[in-house]
Amino acid sequence: MDKLRALGRLVVLAAILAAAQAHASAGAALEKAHIDPGNIASLQRGASNFMNYCSGCHSARYVRFNTIGKYLGLSEEELVDNLMFNAEKTFETIQASMPENDAARWYGKAPPDMSLMARAKGADYIYNFLKGFYLDPDSPTGVDNTVLAGTSMPHVLWELQGYQKAHFSEHVETNTDGSTTTTHEFDEFELVSSGKLDAKEYESFVRDTVNFLAYIAEPIRAERRKLGTWVLIYLVVFLIIARMLKKQIWKDVK
Amino acid sequence: MSEEDVDRIDRNRRHFLTVATAVTGAVGAGMVAVPFLSSLKPSARAQALGAPVEVPIGSMQPGEMVRVLWRGKLVFVLRRTEEMLASLGKDLDQLRDPNSDVIEQQPDYSRNEYRSVKREYLVVEGSCTHLGCAPLEDFAVRPNERWGGGFFCPCHGSKFDLAGRVFKGVPAPTNLRVPPHRFVRDDLILLGQDTGAA
Amino acid sequence: MARIEAEVGKPQGGFMKWIDDRFPFTSTMKYHATEYYASKNFNFWYVFGVLAMVVLVIQLVTGVFLTMNYKPAAAEAFASVEYIMRDVEWGWLIRYMHSTGASFFFIVVYLHMFRAMLYGSYKKPRELIWIIGMLIFFVLMAEGFAGYLLPWGQMSYWGAQVIISLFGAIPGIGEGLVEIIRGDYSISDITLNRFFALHVIVLPLSLIGLIFVHIVALHEVGSNNPDGVEIKQNKGADGVPLDGVAFHPYHTSKDLVAIIVFLMLFSAVVFFAPDMGGYFLEHANFEPANLTATPEHIAPVWYFTPFYAILRAVPDKLWGFILFGTAVLLPVFLPWLDRARVKSIRYRGWIYKSALSIFVVTFLSLGWLGTQPAEPIYVLAARIFSVLYFAFFLLMPYYTTVDKTKPVPERVVYHG
Repeated sequence: MDKLRALGRLVVLAAILAAAQAHASAGAALEKAHIDPGNIASLQRGASNFMNYCSGCHSARYVRFNTIGKYLGLSEEELVDNLMFNAEKTFETIQASMPENDAARWYGKAPPDMSLMARAKGADYIYNFLKGFYLDPDSPTGVDNTVLAGTSMPHVLWELQGYQKAHFSEHVETNTDGSTTTTHEFDEFELVSSGKLDAKEYESFVRDTVNFLAYIAEPIRAERRKLGTWVLIYLVVFLIIARMLKKQIWKDVK
Repeated sequence: MSEEDVDRIDRNRRHFLTVATAVTGAVGAGMVAVPFLSSLKPSARAQALGAPVEVPIGSMQPGEMVRVLWRGKLVFVLRRTEEMLASLGKDLDQLRDPNSDVIEQQPDYSRNEYRSVKREYLVVEGSCTHLGCAPLEDFAVRPNERWGGGFFCPCHGSKFDLAGRVFKGVPAPTNLRVPPHRFVRDDLILLGQDTGAA
Repeated sequence: MARIEAEVGKPQGGFMKWIDDRFPFTSTMKYHATEYYASKNFNFWYVFGVLAMVVLVIQLVTGVFLTMNYKPAAAEAFASVEYIMRDVEWGWLIRYMHSTGASFFFIVVYLHMFRAMLYGSYKKPRELIWIIGMLIFFVLMAEGFAGYLLPWGQMSYWGAQVIISLFGAIPGIGEGLVEIIRGDYSISDITLNRFFALHVIVLPLSLIGLIFVHIVALHEVGSNNPDGVEIKQNKGADGVPLDGVAFHPYHTSKDLVAIIVFLMLFSAVVFFAPDMGGYFLEHANFEPANLTATPEHIAPVWYFTPFYAILRAVPDKLWGFILFGTAVLLPVFLPWLDRARVKSIRYRGWIYKSALSIFVVTFLSLGWLGTQPAEPIYVLAARIFSVLYFAFFLLMPYYTTVDKTKPVPERVVYHG
């Protein structure tokens, strides 16, 4: 009985901590990416998107092509033909086509490596970022981003998405000392020139890409979950036997 | 049932459960050992670095030898002259394994009188089969010593002929190993891969 | 019915005799296992000592294998961790076990310490066990801190920056001390290199030594129990405590069940949530250390946050450091702060029960506040809880004296 009560207390504590954490991450209002890590077709499209549109500037230097090939069910030829534009051997890692120093000079900041971006920032962040470019005449690249204001990344996907304007609403608050603080809150986008894809198609394009980025951030994810189930099954069996032994041994303790 | 019977049943049951627990635990420990031991194998990076290497041989002159590294191992590629090739048939009684009978020391396609795919080109690992030192080349012919040219290991004095075959009476037990390789073109050897060629 | 005789304790001939003539194997097994008697009424709270040993073994074994692949250099550390995660066969499992093990070590040790507070295990004659235990806790904190720098991620770097800078608060010697810790003018390759040495050699060796002494001291005086009764005072004709059962096979079989349950929780995290929502592996640590940009929100790993919250609650660098240090050190004095005549919470009055409950809430709240950004409302809350934290310890001599206690029974309470 004591054990149960103590366990109960621990569960309540865990629940409080979990709730506290949920509250803590509620700060940034990001749209959910709704990626599906088990969808191989989506990952294949995402891999192709990444290699065609991103890998010119962004490396994924910890990721080997043959790792991707094995998980996505691509043969060596398919890898070479569809994904490996600047690599020769399947065991090579994904390097950016553009030398990093040049990139740093052109954009003021070297484009970051993408191997772990989804784990560092979260899939939702990248999803919103890729959908968040809007026209801003004051910016050197002609665009700014709702997720990362002042980003030095140009809107490389404009051909697909087109260009959009962002509408902000102004909030003026009067402080206690009489001064005012003005904040801008993002309301909505308005498409001003359309691209090759309509809004829905662009969304799924971005979703596939983000899905791929989430995959390369931890290629082992699917395997560890599968293995974990077996480990737990083994431990349950072990627990049952060990518990019977314990009861037997303690039988004569009065 | 008497108290004695209960006691005996309990003892048997306890014995059975102890064994069952020990066996289950041992199986679990064994399974845990697998990932730890597997992690000691060459990693994906080691495999990538140990990938086949190309050796261009187009500009090699007869009698010339190049040293290349494959998987961090020294490999000799020697283009033998006609005189060198002719010497391989002589004095076979001095050799421990003249017919390459120790099959682990070369792929099947190199199990011939020249120990090579193309008769001119010798491809052997530059690692003495005694304890792994790198043999030195000694191509000077000295008939009075019955030496037709070959390799000499400075560590413990093992001697090999121009096909990498070991002499009798030296510490090295076997011939120099021929690594897997193939001729991609007449002027290019791919070292470390031989699928599709013989 | 006769007690079950354990196999190892039996007199042996042949090989065992040969060993025993040269090494006290059988007598050691008897002293520490088959004839070490601990109370039969141990409950849930008594498993965390053995669980701490289990985590220690996990950390030592996985640590050795990580060391084989990790590179303690600023230019290579981050990449070598990803190398372990991706290129080394099963490296991901070994790394996740180690990172999860670090957090579980603290969970288990905190619960182990709480057990001592519930049942007064630090009171006479076990003061020294408690003090050695606190030393183990300090070394463990240093070990966790040194280990956290090694992945050389953003959190590693900036977390270390903040904590090391703390020592700069000490008047006079502070700045010099900080330079000696870092071995450089900022946290650098040199710092990483020496933290590696501390993490893999110095601190683990100290831990093992201290744990050995901890157990030697424990087996000298014997384990406490949920009733706080000294079982050695009621011995049978054979000299065995009436309320005690042999550590082996009784407690070992019981502990095995606890270990398996623990491994289930551990595996659940390793295989299904190795990040634990950013608490065990922090998101910002998936970016390599960037010396030119601090992450937006930095906090130490969760197991330091209760003390970190106290530090942050004080608007003065020196006093922040002093209170932080005092908060960490205060529990050492528990054996003398606690004046109650009974050990176990079962026989204490409502005052101590309330004080301990408030303390639990305080400690958890401080821990949570330490992970939050330094917003005014959180800082205020941290101040209130800091006061409660110190009050629990500093007022203890008073409230444990006036608290009404219940009579302690002669024998432990045990319902088969």
